[in-house]
Amino acid sequence: MTEFLQHLVNGLSVGTIYALIALGYTMVYGVLKLINFAHGDVYMVGAFAGLYIARGLGVDQEPSLAKAGIVFVGSILVCAALGVAIERFAYRPLRQRARLTALITAIGVSFLLEYGFQLPPIINGEVPFPPGPTPRFFPEPFARVDYEPFGVHISNYDIVSLVVAVGFMFALQYIVYRTKFGTAMRAVSFDSSVAGLMGINVNRVIVWTFAIGSGLAAAAAILVAGSRPSINPLLGLLPGIKAFVAAVFGGIGNVQGAMVGGLILGLAEENVAGYLLSSYRDGIAFALLIIILLLRPEGLFGRVQAEKV
Amino acid sequence: MSFSRILLRSLLPLLIGIPILWAFNGELSSSADIILMVAGINVILAVSLNVVNGFTGQFSIGHAGFMAVGAYTAAKITVATNSIEIVGLPTEVSNQVIFFIALVAGMIMAALMGLLVGMPSLRLRGDYLAIVTLGFNEIIRVIIENTEFLGQATGISGLPRRSNLIWVGVGALVTVLMARRLVGSTHGRALLAIREDEVAAEAMGVDTTGYKVRAFVISSAFAGLAGGLLVHLIQLCTPRSFTFVKSIEVVVMVVLGGMGSVTGSIVAALVLTFALEGLRDAQQYRMVMYSILLIVLMLTRPEGIFGTREIWDWLPKLRKRVSS
Repeated sequence: MTEFLQHLVNGLSVGTIYALIALGYTMVYGVLKLINFAHGDVYMVGAFAGLYIARGLGVDQEPSLAKAGIVFVGSILVCAALGVAIERFAYRPLRQRARLTALITAIGVSFLLEYGFQLPPIINGEVPFPPGPTPRFFPEPFARVDYEPFGVHISNYDIVSLVVAVGFMFALQYIVYRTKFGTAMRAVSFDSSVAGLMGINVNRVIVWTFAIGSGLAAAAAILVAGSRPSINPLLGLLPGIKAFVAAVFGGIGNVQGAMVGGLILGLAEENVAGYLLSSYRDGIAFALLIIILLLRPEGLFGRVQAEKV
Repeated sequence: MSFSRILLRSLLPLLIGIPILWAFNGELSSSADIILMVAGINVILAVSLNVVNGFTGQFSIGHAGFMAVGAYTAAKITVATNSIEIVGLPTEVSNQVIFFIALVAGMIMAALMGLLVGMPSLRLRGDYLAIVTLGFNEIIRVIIENTEFLGQATGISGLPRRSNLIWVGVGALVTVLMARRLVGSTHGRALLAIREDEVAAEAMGVDTTGYKVRAFVISSAFAGLAGGLLVHLIQLCTPRSFTFVKSIEVVVMVVLGGMGSVTGSIVAALVLTFALEGLRDAQQYRMVMYSILLIVLMLTRPEGIFGTREIWDWLPKLRKRVSS
C-alpha cells in the first residue's frame, strides 16, 4: 500500500510537469496545426534562464522565498519572449507555405537551441554562456524539508510543485474557456481565416499563444529543477517527446486533454517503472504513443475530423 | 518497354560499375578508401530517406534508428559466425558470403522495425511520423544501452573489416537504381500523388496508407543496409554512431539536395561528406551549422539545390540534340 501511494505521489508530480509542457504543444497545434518541435528546448532554456537569474541574485549563498519567486517569474518571462521570437522569425514567414516547411524549420530551431547551448563559451563567468555540454547544478532556492506521512516520502518541493502546477492549469482553463482572449483563441483554432474575418487579430492571438505556452514550459522547468538540480542543454529532449505523447493521448489541440494526458502518462510511467521494468522507463511513453495511434489516433478527448480540401 | 529492356536498364549500371569498383578496390590510400566508403554509405542513407521524405512527402527524422537495427543485426551475425566457414569454399569467399547474409538479415530486421513504426504513424498525417521516428531513434538507444546481449553502451567491438569499396559501391548503386525504378513505376506514381495531394490521391482510389507504409519499409531496409556496411567499416558497433546527430545529418542531405530528387541526394551526400572531412576541427559547430542550414534553406529556398529535377531528365534532350 505504501509503495502504491509512493508511486501515486511520484506519478502525480511527474504527470503535472508533463501536463504543463503538453499544454504548450497542444495550444500551438490548436492555432497553427504545427508540432512545435522546439517546445522541449524552450523548456531547457527555461531551466538555464532560471539558473542564470539565481546565480545573479546569489541564491546559492542565501536562499529565500522572494528570490525563488523572482527566479520563477523571470524565467517565465525569458521563455515567453523566446517563444514569441521563434514564432516571429522562424514560423510566421512560412505560415502560407507547405506545412512541411514549417515542420522542418521547427526541427531546425530545436537543434539550434540544443547544440547552440553546447558551444564553447562566449561570455565567461561562473556559469558561462553558452553553458556547454557539462551538466550544471541548479541552486536550491529554499531549504528542503522532507515529510513521511504514512511512510510515503514527500518533500516540500514536491508539494510546491504540485500546487503551483495545478494552479497554473486552473488559471489556463479559466483563460481559455472564460475570457474574451480564450474565445478568440478557440475561434482561431476552429478556423483561422474566418476568425480573421470576424475581426479577431489572428497574429496577436498566435503571439500570445506562443508566449503562454513557452511560459508554462519555463514554469515546468523551474519546478523540476528544484528537485532534480542537474541541468544540461539536452535536458528538454525526452520531456519534450513525452509531453507530446501526453498531448496526443489527450487529443492534440484540446487543452483539458493535455492535462489529463500528462497525468495519465506520469502515473503510467511511475507504476510500470516501479513494478515492472525500471530500466526501460523512457520506453513507456513511446509504447503508449504507438498504442494510442493504433487504437484511437484522435486521442481521448479529440474529435474525428475529416480533412477538408 | 519490354521486360528484357527493363532488366538491361537495371543491370547495366551494375555491369559497368562493378568492374570499375573492382579496379579501384585496394588500390587507393587507406584514408581515401575510407572517405569514399563513408560517402557511399551516406549516398545510401540520403537516397533511401528521400524515398519517404522526398517522393512520398512524409517526414521521417529517425533514419539512424533503422541504421542501428540493421547494424546490430549484421554485427551480431558476423560475430557469431566468425569462426564458421561454409564447407567447400575458401575462407575469403566464405566470409564474403556470410557478410552478404548478415547485411540482408540486417535489412530484413530494419524493414520489420519500419513496419512496426510506420503502421501506426502513417495512417495519420506526416507530422506524426516525424515525432514517432524521433521517439523511436531515442528509444532504440535506450533499449540498446540496457540490453546486455547488445553490449550496452560500449557496444560490440572487434568486428572484422568486411566492408570494402565493392560492397559499398554496389550498395549505393542498388539504392539509386531502386529509387529510380521506384519513381518510374506505378507504385512511385502513387507516392508522388500522395505527396502532391493526399486527399485527391485517396479520392482517385490510391490506397494511401498502404503505399506510405511500403515506401517507409523499403526506406528502412536500406537504412539497415547502410548501418551494416558502416559498422563493418569502422569495426565497432556502438549506440553513439546512431544518435539524432546522424539522423539529422541525413535529413540535411535530403533537404539540401532537394526533396524528391535522387540526383540532389547523391550530390548533397557527397558534398557534405567531403566538406565535413575538411572541417574536422570544427566538429563542435557541426550540429549548429546543420540547424542553421535547415532554417535558412526553409526560409529562402525550400526546394533545395535540385528541387524535384533529376540529371537523367536532361539526358533524353541531350540525346535528341546530338542525333539531330
